[in-house]
Amino acid sequence: MGLPDTNSAKNAILGAIRAINIPPAPLPPLQRSEWITYPDPAAQFAIVLASIGGTCETVADTAELNEKLRHLPAFTTARQIVNLVPHVNLPAEHLLKEQEIADPHHLVDVDLAIMPGEFAVAENGAVWCVTRHLRHRVLYFITQHLALVVPREQIVHNMHQAYERLAWGQAEFGLFLAGPSKTADIEQSLVIGAHGARSLTVFLV
Amino acid sequence: MPRVGLFIPCYIDQFYPRVGLATLELLERQGLSVDFPPAQTCCGQPMANTGCTESAAPLAKKFVEIFSPYDYVVGPSGSCVAMVRHHYKDYFQGDPAYEAIKKKTFELCEFFVDVLGITSLPGNFPYQVGLHSSCHGQRELRLSSSSEVMSLPYNKARQLLAGMTGISFTQLERPDECCGFGGTFAVSEEAVSCMMGNDRLHDHLSHGTEVLTAGDMSCLMHLQGLLRRQKKPMHVMHVAEILAGYQPV
Amino acid sequence: MTSLAIVDHPKKAAAFVADIDRAHWHDQSLWYVRIKRDKQAASLPEWELLRETASQIKANVVANLADYLEQFANEATKLGAVVHWARDAAEHNAIVLNILQSRGAQKIVKSKSMLTEECHLNPYLERHGIEVIDTDLGERIVQLAKEPPSHIVLPCIHYKKEEIGELFHEHLGTDKGAKDPKYLAEAARQHLREKFCGADAGITGVNFAIAETGGFVVCTNEGNADLGVSLPKLHIACLGIEKLLPRAADLGVFLRLLARSATGQPITTYSSHFHGPLPGGELHIVLVDNGRTDIAANPDFRRSLNCIRCGACMNTCPIYRRSGGHSYEATVPGPIGSILAPARDSAKYATLPHACSLCGSCSDVCPVKIDIHQQLLTWRKEIAARKQLKWSKRLGMQLTGWVFQHPWLYSTLGKMARWTLPWMPRFMLYHGLNPWGKQRELPSAPPQSFRELYAQRQKQQANGGSVTPQPSPHSPPSVYSASSKVN
Repeated sequence: MGLPDTNSAKNAILGAIRAINIPPAPLPPLQRSEWITYPDPAAQFAIVLASIGGTCETVADTAELNEKLRHLPAFTTARQIVNLVPHVNLPAEHLLKEQEIADPHHLVDVDLAIMPGEFAVAENGAVWCVTRHLRHRVLYFITQHLALVVPREQIVHNMHQAYERLAWGQAEFGLFLAGPSKTADIEQSLVIGAHGARSLTVFLV
Repeated sequence: MPRVGLFIPCYIDQFYPRVGLATLELLERQGLSVDFPPAQTCCGQPMANTGCTESAAPLAKKFVEIFSPYDYVVGPSGSCVAMVRHHYKDYFQGDPAYEAIKKKTFELCEFFVDVLGITSLPGNFPYQVGLHSSCHGQRELRLSSSSEVMSLPYNKARQLLAGMTGISFTQLERPDECCGFGGTFAVSEEAVSCMMGNDRLHDHLSHGTEVLTAGDMSCLMHLQGLLRRQKKPMHVMHVAEILAGYQPV
Repeated sequence: MTSLAIVDHPKKAAAFVADIDRAHWHDQSLWYVRIKRDKQAASLPEWELLRETASQIKANVVANLADYLEQFANEATKLGAVVHWARDAAEHNAIVLNILQSRGAQKIVKSKSMLTEECHLNPYLERHGIEVIDTDLGERIVQLAKEPPSHIVLPCIHYKKEEIGELFHEHLGTDKGAKDPKYLAEAARQHLREKFCGADAGITGVNFAIAETGGFVVCTNEGNADLGVSLPKLHIACLGIEKLLPRAADLGVFLRLLARSATGQPITTYSSHFHGPLPGGELHIVLVDNGRTDIAANPDFRRSLNCIRCGACMNTCPIYRRSGGHSYEATVPGPIGSILAPARDSAKYATLPHACSLCGSCSDVCPVKIDIHQQLLTWRKEIAARKQLKWSKRLGMQLTGWVFQHPWLYSTLGKMARWTLPWMPRFMLYHGLNPWGKQRELPSAPPQSFRELYAQRQKQQANGGSVTPQPSPHSPPSVYSASSKVN
């Protein structure tokens, strides 16, 4: 079979849809007072994150962050670490410079990635992550363990507030990341670490 | 005095006359003038649910004709009332006679709670009752809240029963799973239907139900059929029978 | 490929139920997911408002679909994606193959996409010498077993861990007899990492596409979609045209509903927003109709396009849980699948809308408020009107309907039945032609029907009998009782 003419397919599909008389239906408002808020969104975030297999650590300052990072089990055993958070100060021996790596396949042995998160969502334990500070987005998924560093005041209550914050229009990848990679495909038994990170620690600084 | 047309589903008429009598007595005790128009047979649901619209249509027409003279139409079946209220529209296309019937046709418990404003009935029923939520009453007539919908829980049949002395209710593992009757489904999908029925019975038996009840005798006919074959010890009664003061025999 | 044979759901379901322990296990596994969903739904006081909002957004999408599709295609192109249009499965498959072949891609990793299942993309690519690896663990398991998924979110829910252990022992070299889910999942991780690293291209489905921005969202828990399209430079996203949303902010509504309804999680682990290709890479988006405009054209079934493929209707369906996904022999099984499959071929799938007790649980659980059980009822009418209903059923209903039209005939036949039933020997009542009686007793036949008792009563009252009956609560009337305590 030859390749279909995509333009004629486009016209056929759009034409068929336009030929249907469907009654108009207005879009509902998305800003509503009913959307849930929490008395303490940071506490809520920590509870939900724990329930989905992640860990939340609240730290007072960069010094405490550095201290806590060094005591992460994933850190103590790591042979390759990528850090993309400014002010994080770690011993250089295992650090890998992500920007200097041309082929993302060479990140396959990264044990721990420390990355910034833009903001956290209290209702579901997710962190919004972007890729403008890194060369290879695969780092979020290929690393064995992941630590995200999020400013403490950057927590929204719910997903509606989350989308109010986001701007679009650029070719950029972004994601809500909620907990470590997981699967329950084998008899509904939860297994942490399916393909992506085996652990996720979110530091609220 | 408002006149009530008594709507007795065909299988109740033929196989469970006591449920019809209980319904009649309950309504009469409220001082209502109740009449059973003998021209009624079946609301047409079995045909409609199989897709055989042309076999159901004349029955729907007949129903509206027979019951139009009454102020209210009341029947002891959520399923048959749901048929009239929600599924007759295809046969009438906005016919005012049907629109009127639609507004004045009620399931028995619904009629007591919503129309008569009666929320409890006197009587003594010293048994643990397992209340089966028949699906059409629950999810089409909203006689009780369904477990899928996040709302405040309510149950009109239970509300009426709860006023009786000595009564207690079974806490079920699955509060409102379908019993598997489903009309012709009970026959065309016999294997799944019976497994569903057995699972409901297991839930009731393992949680101490002494008397299994529901607002629909059709679900109970299916469950009772399984119980009798397996010689399981459980009474089966329609809600109307309990409310009318009948005791298990 | 699909077979031409008529799907016999009752037969397949009976075979599934015959292994009663396994049927119970299957039922319980899915009920557990339903319970998790209930807990998540209950955690949001605005749950019902969210469902309503989602339903309104979807209604707006269908009403403006052509505009949104054009807008999406324009915006996506601006971001550097190449947008393709496919009228049907064959066009879709040809487009995907052409993209792969022209770039010399031989090894493909694919994340879960019901659309590519619907189009039978895998066997098509394999016939053209391309290796396609399903990377979702559940999908990989059924792929190794050479089976289609039995559930759209939980593809191998019908498999026990021992069986998966057996399969992995054969294909991945795990220890014989190993069945620990952790061990097996780890083996799959290692096996699939190799596949991810060796892939020439990644194919994904799409959960939501955004008209306003030209982007789309893919949701997974494993991270397999992301790994698959972040290592190779080539990403092909296959997208059913109904997956559009008008605004990015609409995602707030849908991402709140999707995972909560699907698996009882607050959100999927990875909700990835793709806007344009990887730097230096290629992104192809294939927009596929394949019967969707036909569904949109039918006001009775239009709302089925609201479906976000969460699978909640399957988890709640008492029939699906007890008959297994394969009994439907359709790409999408269960309640929503029983609407979608007949739209494709109503003769072949005529039994599916009847594989339903019309309990309505699916409609109440659906996060986008599709009136699923009502549409299944509508399909039954459609199937009868198309003369695709089993002749015995149709004839039976015609006959019964005719009897009911004649009250005298109805009551006479009723009386005859009630009189003869108690005298009939069991073998005449309970035999192969009476499915009711296979496991159930027939109701006992009372001597008099209600209408007979009522007529008697009216006569007595006319002759000066008691007008308001006052039965003693402790002595039931001496007519047949529904009560059936046996012991």
